[in-house]
Amino acid sequence: MDTFVLITITGVGLGALFFLVASGLSLIYGLMGVLNFAHGTFLTVGAFAGLWLSTQVFTSSSTLTFVAAMLFAGVAAGLFALLVEQLVITRLYERHIDQALVTVGVALVVGAILSGWFGNDPRLIPTPHWFINTLTIGKAFIPVDRFLYIGVACLLLIVLTSILRFTRIGLIIRAGVENRTMVTALGINVRLAFSTVFFLGGFAAGVGGVLVGAYQSGVSPLMSGSWLIYGFIVVVIGGMGSLWGSALAALLIGVINQFANYYIPGLGDFVIVFLLAAVLLTRPQGLLGKVGR
Amino acid sequence: MNALSIENLNVSLGGSHVLQGVTFDVPTNKVTALLGRNGVGKTTTLRAIIGLIPSTGEISFFEKAIGGLPTYKIIQMGIGYVPEDRDIFSSLSVNENLSLAARDSLPNYDLVYALFPELVTRGNQRAGTLSGGQQQMVAIARALLNKNELLLIDEPSKGLAPKLVGEVASALSKVVGHATMLLVEQNLELVKAIADHIVVMEHGSVVFQGDPKNLEDDAFVLSMLGVSGGLH
Repeated sequence: MDTFVLITITGVGLGALFFLVASGLSLIYGLMGVLNFAHGTFLTVGAFAGLWLSTQVFTSSSTLTFVAAMLFAGVAAGLFALLVEQLVITRLYERHIDQALVTVGVALVVGAILSGWFGNDPRLIPTPHWFINTLTIGKAFIPVDRFLYIGVACLLLIVLTSILRFTRIGLIIRAGVENRTMVTALGINVRLAFSTVFFLGGFAAGVGGVLVGAYQSGVSPLMSGSWLIYGFIVVVIGGMGSLWGSALAALLIGVINQFANYYIPGLGDFVIVFLLAAVLLTRPQGLLGKVGR
Repeated sequence: MNALSIENLNVSLGGSHVLQGVTFDVPTNKVTALLGRNGVGKTTTLRAIIGLIPSTGEISFFEKAIGGLPTYKIIQMGIGYVPEDRDIFSSLSVNENLSLAARDSLPNYDLVYALFPELVTRGNQRAGTLSGGQQQMVAIARALLNKNELLLIDEPSKGLAPKLVGEVASALSKVVGHATMLLVEQNLELVKAIADHIVVMEHGSVVFQGDPKNLEDDAFVLSMLGVSGGLH
């Protein structure tokens, strides 16, 4: 039972990190149809921005420093995402293959620049002292950082949902995910919604970058590779453009991955790919996605 | 002054020359019906007017050239568009569909709710769960919320039961006078009831434009519409 509790909560924590990466991917694809392979660089840029703030600006590794690093990383990655959207994506509207190729190019170029600047060795991101503590639930010792990941993901889900549900730009984004052409035919400049989605997606990835850096004990230019792949898997299983679908899929994948790795060590990734295939065969639109556009 | 003037409009889609020099005018404060068999380019003409598909030629809205402008800017100049398949946002509520369409600082909800009182009671209902006729009401209401000078309405009776066609026709007849209208419609009864001016298309070109009464004597054009014995 203790093992079950431990694996479940650590799995939910891992799923929370997957959600932070996937939420932006899902919204960007849902609204714009862009398969954004540069999304991983948003995570990396955010992680390095957070690292810079917490090592160069602040001197102590307090909770405040870590929170400031997450927010700074989110804003930095959001602005970087906005820059990519304005410089690259806006010039390639409706040219989806070109967009995919050019975002791969952006990922390679940014990765190379960061590698040349910082090297590929992981750099430790300062974390508060309580990060190494555990919380006892029953007889299971749960690392407290997992609760932070879960809390941040839940907070972000609430904030993004509130923006989508209660603001005009959110209304435009929801309508645009369903039928972008009709939104413009109502006299709405949908590009503002595109930029907002890129910023929000970049923000989530940037915050995720700091947390992923803390989770895997280091920030490096190579850190985003497997997270981006998992992000895409989450988006496909959850349903393109569905924020809650991404949350549900991230939760499932995190928990299943942890259980699979515990009971059949090393096969966690295989089980997730098997799950992806099963969803694609039985429900191609994803768990909460809609058929067609 | 004409509300809309179209001259030598050409559209090619997928290698097919769909519109071939379409030229016609939409007189101000009148209802112009754009007629023709399926596939002659009526919907394409409407979509080209608001820039949803690329075209060449001249399109003027109250003597201002709008060709080449982005769709949202054309619409913001005062054009309301009701698409062929309604294209309401099915995951949004009725209220959200209307709110999204409201551009003016004081959207005319009074007019919309007077024409379609059912929308008041169904405000919180998801638009995707409405019947075809109710969805058409939402689609037309979206175009009426703003102070539009021109309404482009594409086959409002398409796919509706006869009773609902009557309701839509009644609503449209009440809209007449609020704005100039360019109406694509296959239902000739509906056209007869409200149109002041008729444009007939065939094979991507205009073959007739003028008063509906003149059309009654043109057996050639009537045959293109699949009508025998006149409009009456």
